[in-house]
Amino acid sequence: MNNWLTAPILIPLLGGVLQIFMSYAPMQLRRTLALTTTILTLLAAIVLLGLADDGSYRVYALGNWQPPFGIMLVLDRLAALMLIVTAVLALFCHIYAFQKTDTQGPHFHTLFLFQLTGLNIAFLTGDLFNLFVAFEVLLIASYGLLLHGGGTTRTVAGLHYVVLNLIGSALFLFSVGMIYSVTGTLNMADLAVKVPQLSSENLPLVKTGGLLLLVVFGLKSAILPLCFWLPRAYSNATAPVAALFAVMTKVGIYAILRVYTLIFGENAGELAHLGMNWLFPTALFTLAIGVIGLLGSKKLKTMIAWQVIISVGTMLAAIGLTTPAGISAALFYLINTTWVVGGLFLLADLVSSQRGSADDRIVTAPKMRNNALLGTLFLISAVAAIGLPPLSGFFSKLLILQAATPGTEMVLLWSVILVGGFFTLIAYSHAGSIVFWRNSEGHIKHDGKLGLPVTLSTAGLVGLSLVIVALAGPINRYTEATAAQLNSPAGYTEVLQMPVVTESRR
Amino acid sequence: MELVFALAIGTLTSTGIYLMLRARTFPVVLGLTLLSYGVNLFLFSTGRLVRDGQPIIGGADIYSDPLPQALVLTAIVIGFAMTAFLVTLALRSHADTGVDHVDGAEQSSTTKESSGREEADQ
Repeated sequence: MNNWLTAPILIPLLGGVLQIFMSYAPMQLRRTLALTTTILTLLAAIVLLGLADDGSYRVYALGNWQPPFGIMLVLDRLAALMLIVTAVLALFCHIYAFQKTDTQGPHFHTLFLFQLTGLNIAFLTGDLFNLFVAFEVLLIASYGLLLHGGGTTRTVAGLHYVVLNLIGSALFLFSVGMIYSVTGTLNMADLAVKVPQLSSENLPLVKTGGLLLLVVFGLKSAILPLCFWLPRAYSNATAPVAALFAVMTKVGIYAILRVYTLIFGENAGELAHLGMNWLFPTALFTLAIGVIGLLGSKKLKTMIAWQVIISVGTMLAAIGLTTPAGISAALFYLINTTWVVGGLFLLADLVSSQRGSADDRIVTAPKMRNNALLGTLFLISAVAAIGLPPLSGFFSKLLILQAATPGTEMVLLWSVILVGGFFTLIAYSHAGSIVFWRNSEGHIKHDGKLGLPVTLSTAGLVGLSLVIVALAGPINRYTEATAAQLNSPAGYTEVLQMPVVTESRR
Repeated sequence: MELVFALAIGTLTSTGIYLMLRARTFPVVLGLTLLSYGVNLFLFSTGRLVRDGQPIIGGADIYSDPLPQALVLTAIVIGFAMTAFLVTLALRSHADTGVDHVDGAEQSSTTKESSGREEADQ
């Protein structure tokens, strides 16, 4: 039992509840409290990262029910890594929102903090049905955030997003039901014990459930046939929301990693590596369609939304290799891409605020007030996103390329990633040279002045790619340890034997 | 009983899917509701169908699995909230765009596509 595990869930939850009752409080007070909540969440995530780094599992059993009977929270290296990636991203997005986003509607801070709550539950939970509940919590907050600020295009894109995710939830329940009907448990550790012992007549049902689950997670993470909702929804959302959503697709990837290494992993007998032979080719196709979309984008924000799909494809291709090296490389890439794409979304918003009616479209427009600063930030983040040498994107792509074992797999992975990277480079150079260099005559009347919060948060998020380069050694050590931990699920199933605190009898 | 139960789930689910493919917001909302009913019944059956059973061991000879009932309850609550939100959003979309099509516009592009397809056929 470790009570720290509830901190990243309870802090944003309580902070969010507090914000509900403060809709008429002075903005400065609300902002201070909201920012304090996000910073506290980040601190909790840092503490948990320190705890998880010793390689053991920590459990919090809700209501003191002995696992597998109650819901439990489990902290391991992967969960801690996801918590910290989310908390850091959220902090910068939150600061950015202080410019004007949080004044466009009464409940921005509430929704933002509830979104964090949902994300953190999803990363910490050790129960399949609780994962469903976590998805719903983060989704309903994301519906509100997506529509925040209004606008017709936003309503229509939001409608698609909501309907698709509701269908996804129904599928999730179907698959959970199938798995429960045979195994009689939904505790992930218990499932990992029970799935290898299934009799042959029960196998097809669990197999169907497991594959259906892959479809659900595929929808969340936007794999190829299920990815077309993403560019429209993300490019229409307000900047801090779109930037925070950079981590939403990673929830799907986290769920795939968790379920298909633990429950359907190495030791699952008949069902070992279920669906992984599908994951690798679809991931490569996802990458390819992302590059095509990126080349065809007419707006900066749409372009970055396609960049999200590219990163999903790259990560899942590495995970589809089903080797520890592949998983480790995917996690390294995940840290890099989440922060950089978040920074790009914020940057695109700054660019569009200084270009008047040209907005974020990739066309010539009068020179921006802060052309040099924004141009430099764009250069850094584009280099990090494409994966060119000096920055973090290069290291993570190199790790992914190295993870492939020689053979057809290697040929496919190398060619798709390298050719894709080349075309990504073309798209970014094209967009960047038009937006920042090819300026038309005239000036813009109401160019948005860059305030301190927006400049700081954007530069900070983009600058994190430099931090990743500086800390590449320790981060790589951590992701390698995470992959090793994921590959030995025996440790995870031992949490079932952990004693919970028993109530003293009188 | 099993057959009736299975048929009910199948009918609800297939009707739901049919309605969801209608591309108008109201049928889509109805379809999602029916689908969630199908899901709830399905979840209920995962604990095996038992008549006159208590969800407590030791109280009676026959007992039924209490966990699916708890799961169904959670799913109903979440489904209800989501449907309410979706109805509001659909109304908002109708007010904003003036049509009840899920794309926010009548399908001028698809009619063009179909006429193009006819030309291709000729």
